[in-house]
Amino acid sequence: MREYTDRAIDRARMKGATYVDIRVVRREAEEITVKNGVVQALSSDEDGGFGIRVLADGAWGFASGNRLSRTEIDRVAELAVSIAKASATAKVHDVELGPPEVHVDTYRTPVEIDPFSVPLEEKISLLLEADKEARAVAGIAVATGSLGFLRTTKTFASSEGSCIEQEIIESGLGMTVYAVARGEMQQRSYPNSFGRNQGTAGYEFILPWDLAGNARRISEEAVALLSAPQCPSRMTTVILDGPQLGLQIHESCGHPIELDRVFGTEAAFAGTSFLTPEKLGSFQYGSEIVQIVSDALTPTGLGTYGYDDEGVPAQRTDIVKDGIFVHYLTSRETAARLRALRANAPARSNGAMRADGWNRLPIIRMNNVSLMPGEWTLEDLIADTEDGVYLLTNKSWSIDDRRLNFQFGTELAYEIVRGRLGRMLKNATYTGMTPAFWRNCDAICNDDHWRVWGTPNCGKGQPMQVAHTGHGAAPARFRNVQVGVMK
Amino acid sequence: MKGIADRVLTAAKADQAEVIVTAIDGHLTRFAANAIHQNVSERNVTVRVRAVTDRRIGVASGNDLSDGGLRRLAGRAVRIAGLQRANPDFRSLPEPRPVPTVDAIVEQTANATPGDRAAAAAEVIECAIGEGLEAAGAVSTELEEIYVGNTLGVSAYHGRTAAAIVAVVMGADSSGYASDADLDLARLDPEGIGRAATEKAIRSRRPVSIEPGEYTVILEEDAVADMLFYLGYLGLGALSVQEGRSFLCGRLGEAVTGERITIWDDGLDPRGFVLPFDFEGVPKEKVVLIERGIARAAVHDTFTAGREEGARSTGHALPAPNPLGPIPVHLFLAPGDATKEEMVASTDRGIWVTRFHYTNPVHPVQAILTGMTRDGTFLIEDGAIAQPLRNLRFTQGILEAFAGAESIGRSLKTVKQDWGNFAVCAPAMKIRGFRFTGTTEF
Repeated sequence: MREYTDRAIDRARMKGATYVDIRVVRREAEEITVKNGVVQALSSDEDGGFGIRVLADGAWGFASGNRLSRTEIDRVAELAVSIAKASATAKVHDVELGPPEVHVDTYRTPVEIDPFSVPLEEKISLLLEADKEARAVAGIAVATGSLGFLRTTKTFASSEGSCIEQEIIESGLGMTVYAVARGEMQQRSYPNSFGRNQGTAGYEFILPWDLAGNARRISEEAVALLSAPQCPSRMTTVILDGPQLGLQIHESCGHPIELDRVFGTEAAFAGTSFLTPEKLGSFQYGSEIVQIVSDALTPTGLGTYGYDDEGVPAQRTDIVKDGIFVHYLTSRETAARLRALRANAPARSNGAMRADGWNRLPIIRMNNVSLMPGEWTLEDLIADTEDGVYLLTNKSWSIDDRRLNFQFGTELAYEIVRGRLGRMLKNATYTGMTPAFWRNCDAICNDDHWRVWGTPNCGKGQPMQVAHTGHGAAPARFRNVQVGVMK
Repeated sequence: MKGIADRVLTAAKADQAEVIVTAIDGHLTRFAANAIHQNVSERNVTVRVRAVTDRRIGVASGNDLSDGGLRRLAGRAVRIAGLQRANPDFRSLPEPRPVPTVDAIVEQTANATPGDRAAAAAEVIECAIGEGLEAAGAVSTELEEIYVGNTLGVSAYHGRTAAAIVAVVMGADSSGYASDADLDLARLDPEGIGRAATEKAIRSRRPVSIEPGEYTVILEEDAVADMLFYLGYLGLGALSVQEGRSFLCGRLGEAVTGERITIWDDGLDPRGFVLPFDFEGVPKEKVVLIERGIARAAVHDTFTAGREEGARSTGHALPAPNPLGPIPVHLFLAPGDATKEEMVASTDRGIWVTRFHYTNPVHPVQAILTGMTRDGTFLIEDGAIAQPLRNLRFTQGILEAFAGAESIGRSLKTVKQDWGNFAVCAPAMKIRGFRFTGTTEF
């Protein structure tokens, strides 16, 4: 491998590059989907190639190819330099990367059971058993369950002298059931909706969730939702469960703290951010109990790794401390640029650059952005709530292009009446503005309720890149929230 | 590509086998804050194999094109099929049907250089700089080729280029958007796109808030295309009907929206991005889905057609394995006879929407969406644009909105999706009673 990476670096330098890095990436994925008792999809996907990123004439160029050979390395390295030189024809200033990052290391996701070593028969049986339980409930039209496993091996080498080998292993599972009546469909998912729950872990991640043991419950909930009353429209108190709160963190905190968005580099597509640099260190993002961290070291988190795709070590960073917004997710370039604006900002990147494979440029992505636990038990929190709605499992999401106005829908809701859960409610939605919402957070459940939820479907960038992110959350309470938006 | 496919099909020891070979040579130049900041190039060939033995189906994909790599790939698909359970609803891979040949490669676009794309980006940027504004956007060019073959004799090839320019021009409190896409980079007008986005950014300065509620709206083509795409995704594929997830369930032959609305899918219409066949190699048929408001049909792939008496694939399969089922990806909404100027002139009070952002379904069966406006939202009063507005959130049923169409634009805009050959061709539309449910700060 060193032969190829050295060749790429030498070739690009010879053509005029002042900085070069190369990533050689190979991915192996296994997906199994069972639907209504039939194995609907069983696939094995492998993909490999390399991407070369260069600075030349003070501007970026990136090119990639899928055939690892000397001639292709030469072609792609030269193309990357010529692209950088074209970029330089429309630049405002030269790119600065800040202090050099030089690391020679290896990292491997700690796993107890390699998921690719587990027989397919065993995995299929697990899903079929859950499927059978789910469809034992009358009224379920469709039951679908899936398992997914991913192994990514990557070599990173740079002209600064880094050489990093990583192997990241992911395991995930999920199940969704649909109950259908004329003009109405209700769904319930477990352990999470939309692309399942996933973590950096081996097959040991799968079994404790007991998919079959929860299948009948979610089916009964889906059927009951068909005849449940509509969530009424009103201002009230809400308690969000962990999975829904995970997505709330993702959309209303995780994206607006991406410093590339703040500097406008996603403006034409995903948008920008309301968390502009003058707010750093002083803006009241949430109430005093709100502590949010970015932590690429969180065990089993879907955003856990050894080094990011610029070769910066994984680390933990306070994002919101005692309710105050204190830092961003950064890259080497954006950290240097922020430092030029704010003298007290760290000069080094906090290691949040990741690429969706060998053929994509690294951009700033969430790793594990988490709300730290508070002190409440869920039972005490509900008992302490006079009037409100308990909202569980995401069904719909949308937020404006500066990440202020959001609207979410959940699969399941219960009214809370005088400290007790009351009727089940269907089609629940809630909406708000990000800072006002987080400033109205007055209680967070404790560590016993805190889990890291994996989101394997975060889209950003052009060409589109899909990132895998994690979000630690325990149920939390928010006051004065508009619920019941849907007509 | 046929050579690669033949090697895989020969190596796949199964009752039936299918192979999809996709080659992409793609380039994208992104700019923001009046400078190019991301500039990328990708070349890749992927091979996807579906092997079927005794109705047991295995799928594998890879991009190792060596003889050994292709043999191992075929072997993986066959091995997975051997571990599968039989799928009782599976009938067969498709038999060959005649596939039309469409010339869709423009050599100059296929060979566009980094300098060509940078020059186009610079033209957009110049427009913004000239008015003291900032431009962001992307210029992309690509050559994509696809070959689909199977052991029953299907053999279909299509190649095409694509070029697209997207521009968002921003001021301190305003933004404007413009875009265009074509097979041929030379037919795009970067300066015109830059000027249109800049003019809208200038017009949207100093926006004011307006109370949410029901308003007459004039939706520009991109906003209508967004709704049309979701309509197809949520309910116009046969699997969603078979599973009871579609608004079409039990309503074929009934009015589901207004009589001004006719929607069809046509992968051969050159106004869109042509794809003559689907990912099973079945030729694409024009399918009228909604005709003057009446639900007429859903699109099929081989699998869903096999589950319905008398049905046949309409050429709408996605690559296997595909739990979503067939989806119409070349949608058209029939144009009307109005211009956008006439729509404004006939509006006493309403809201002009340039495009939507982050739309998502709230209630899939009723096709209710939520999303935000962005990059040019205006209040219309007394037949003229009165003032710019801060952006609004909508929560609205698509069919209900289309039922409220008072007039439809006379021209169609091709709105290319971010992946593959998929595009929606949509007109502007004036709709009464469109429901806004929230506002934001900008």
